[in-house]
Amino acid sequence: MAEKKLKSWKEIPIGGLIDEPASALKFKTGDWRTFRPRWIIEKCTQCMICPPSCPDYCIPTKTDEKGNIKRLETNFDYCKGCGICAEVCPFKAIVMEGESKFIK
Amino acid sequence: MPKTKALTGGEAVAEAMRQVNPEVVAAYPITPQTIIMEKFSEFVADGIVDTELICVESEHSAMSACVGASAAGIRTMTASSSAGLALMWEILGVASGLRLPIVMPIVNRALSGPINIHCDHSDSMGCRDHGWIQIYSENAQEAYENTLLAVRLAEKVLLPAMVCQDGFITSHGVENVKIFEDDKVRKFLGSYKPNKPLLDVNNPVTYGPLQLTDYYFETKRQQEPAMEEAKNSYLQIGKELSKITGSEYGYFEEYQLKDAKAAIVVLNSTAGTAKAVIDKLRKNGKKVGLLKPKLFRPFPYKEIGNALKNIGSIAVLDRSESYGAYAPLFSEIKNACYDTKSKAKLHSCIFGLGGKNIYESDIESIFDKLLTNKLKDKEYIGVR
Repeated sequence: MAEKKLKSWKEIPIGGLIDEPASALKFKTGDWRTFRPRWIIEKCTQCMICPPSCPDYCIPTKTDEKGNIKRLETNFDYCKGCGICAEVCPFKAIVMEGESKFIK
Repeated sequence: MPKTKALTGGEAVAEAMRQVNPEVVAAYPITPQTIIMEKFSEFVADGIVDTELICVESEHSAMSACVGASAAGIRTMTASSSAGLALMWEILGVASGLRLPIVMPIVNRALSGPINIHCDHSDSMGCRDHGWIQIYSENAQEAYENTLLAVRLAEKVLLPAMVCQDGFITSHGVENVKIFEDDKVRKFLGSYKPNKPLLDVNNPVTYGPLQLTDYYFETKRQQEPAMEEAKNSYLQIGKELSKITGSEYGYFEEYQLKDAKAAIVVLNSTAGTAKAVIDKLRKNGKKVGLLKPKLFRPFPYKEIGNALKNIGSIAVLDRSESYGAYAPLFSEIKNACYDTKSKAKLHSCIFGLGGKNIYESDIESIFDKLLTNKLKDKEYIGVR
């Protein structure tokens, strides 16, 4: 992830206080990841087991006009690489691979 | 007119708390602090104050309850001693780190072990670097007035404050104490305007989030200028309080110090004993004096250094020990004297641990040795 510009001690609220609600949304926790789930679209049957299994709601879904739901690519800003999605996939359409493989 | 009452040091502080009328007091009994909370809980039971008194199961819980109450945005107080203060240690840092202006009278008592209930300063000295303002009081009157000052000072700079007095010697000794008029004192205290309180639901805030390598150091960096501000505000607020009490609120008190050849530096009640000795020795033409620090955190290095600049030899009397290092007060005085390039000969005297009495004759002997160059670099006073 890109280096964030952090504020100086003079710019932050005193006492470590957070005076802005829902600011956790801005805190991208994906850089904690050591393993990344690789989604193999050819094997995926869109069975919808993986999206609700993700503890961090990192697998987004989209409903088309016919009412069919499909999963999209994992949101790597928040995915911590826990591997639950790969574990629950009945079709081995998600495999866990070392994060270092993906870092350029 | 102020009322003069026969009060113990503990009751005098309880009177200050009555006048402050804090919204929340959370406390756990510990000797010799109990005398404060016994009196204050009477005020609560009699409906004289509006305080919600939370009787908790330990001092760790007492300070935790105070942190919650203070974060909610209200005046919050507690009181403690010795092992109780030690048990609060973890939460003391939370209070100062979250910048909550909790005020806590401390009745100084020795720390275990061996277990002991009597006075020394090991307890408050043990947490001197924990980000709390510390004010020391010679007698009941000072403890009462310092408590009032501490409330305003803590709220001004958003740091917690402890006001120390000597266990039993001051806390249980009855003195004439002037209690100033409630209306005047309350006008001085004003009402507390909290900084971003937790219960302001229209402006939601988070207190005490996790801060790792990204922001912890930055948050702690803010505490130092707050302490610097406390040093200035102490004098300003002291001047305001002085209009009611007529007392002076300097960083320290000088007693016969200006032309002294030998001086003692000591905190709290022993300063009173030293004054009596100085009066006696001065009558015999001996130029001796006293410097009694009041504000210990933040420590006024420059001012104390200047006040001691021309004194030939100085004995710093510590009622606590820092094992394997210079005693707490001695260490600060030595630093202060280094900063002003003082040529004074400094001596460290440890006395009164666990409430061991110090007598006028002990202090007289220290002065005599100071004047005749016979005092060792480090001495233990009154130990067999």
